[in-house]
Amino acid sequence: MSIVKNLITPAATVIAVFILLLFLVNKESHSADPNQFNRLMAPPSKRNPPPTEDGIHDGPGASMLQTPKSAFGTLPKSKSGNYIDWVKALDEKKIQPRYDRNDPEVQPIVMDLNIVHEVKGSMPNVVYPHKQHTEWLDCSNCHPAIFVPQKGANNITMASILLGEKCGVCHGKVAFPVSECRRCHSQKKKQSAGAKAAAK
Amino acid sequence: MPVCKIRHIRLLAAVLAVPILVIVSLQTQAEYADVVLNRNSEKEGVRPVVYPHWFHRIRFQCRVCHTELGFEMRVGANKVTMEGIIDGKFCGACHDGETAWTVENCDLCHSGLPGMETGITGGHKTLGPGNW
Repeated sequence: MSIVKNLITPAATVIAVFILLLFLVNKESHSADPNQFNRLMAPPSKRNPPPTEDGIHDGPGASMLQTPKSAFGTLPKSKSGNYIDWVKALDEKKIQPRYDRNDPEVQPIVMDLNIVHEVKGSMPNVVYPHKQHTEWLDCSNCHPAIFVPQKGANNITMASILLGEKCGVCHGKVAFPVSECRRCHSQKKKQSAGAKAAAK
Repeated sequence: MPVCKIRHIRLLAAVLAVPILVIVSLQTQAEYADVVLNRNSEKEGVRPVVYPHWFHRIRFQCRVCHTELGFEMRVGANKVTMEGIIDGKFCGACHDGETAWTVENCDLCHSGLPGMETGITGGHKTLGPGNW
């Protein structure tokens, strides 16, 4: 009798635990408000996790790597990407990335030339600043393979950018993503005479 | 006896619930622009490499790697091998024991989760339809 009792007790325990776990897992997925905003987005506290918790690292080396949060502490914040405004960080000299691999004193050759792309749709025109780009890159990184250095020679569309061409070679992968519309589309369009008349 | 049993169940549930909850809450939150390199790694019996753009851009401008070292700005376009690195090409230009750690620290670069494909991770992507 006691043997049966001894067998039943663990069996009942296991079943009870299983049911409890099912309940818990179920509860986990329904615990928060199902109609909350940004349901699938990482909350600010979960951003920039250490390598050991980011879901792509493994092995003994992961715990020895620098954590993003320890590096990003004093850098200006942004709303996307690494949640760091890298251009601002460079402007404010919060970071001093080397232009030359070995010599920290070499200064980049910066070209200050804005290119305005008049866009067809209702979005503001795009202002492309060479300055911020040449603070990081060489001319040859973009010209002539990605952009032909000639006015009107580049047919840039949002479709091609989203496919990873033109600006999309970097923006959306390593530079700020294309969800930051107004950082590029930043120049208000001049209203044409026809549009003004129509408005009246 | 019933009190004891309930305690028993509670304890077991508590112990088992922890890993389950961890698994449920575990999501990939890789840093923006982290690159996974796994062309050869797993074939050669080591973990994939995770290259963090954020760490390197704090120290070097894009041009250093993408011009001086000849890294093409396209995932999969660079045939990085350990032989090349030891010869001072690609990562080996800096990972030589002077600027950065040497190739003897295998685990620091080869720290990726096995099974990952070569590519850019970390959210926003402009890689093609459906990936956006």
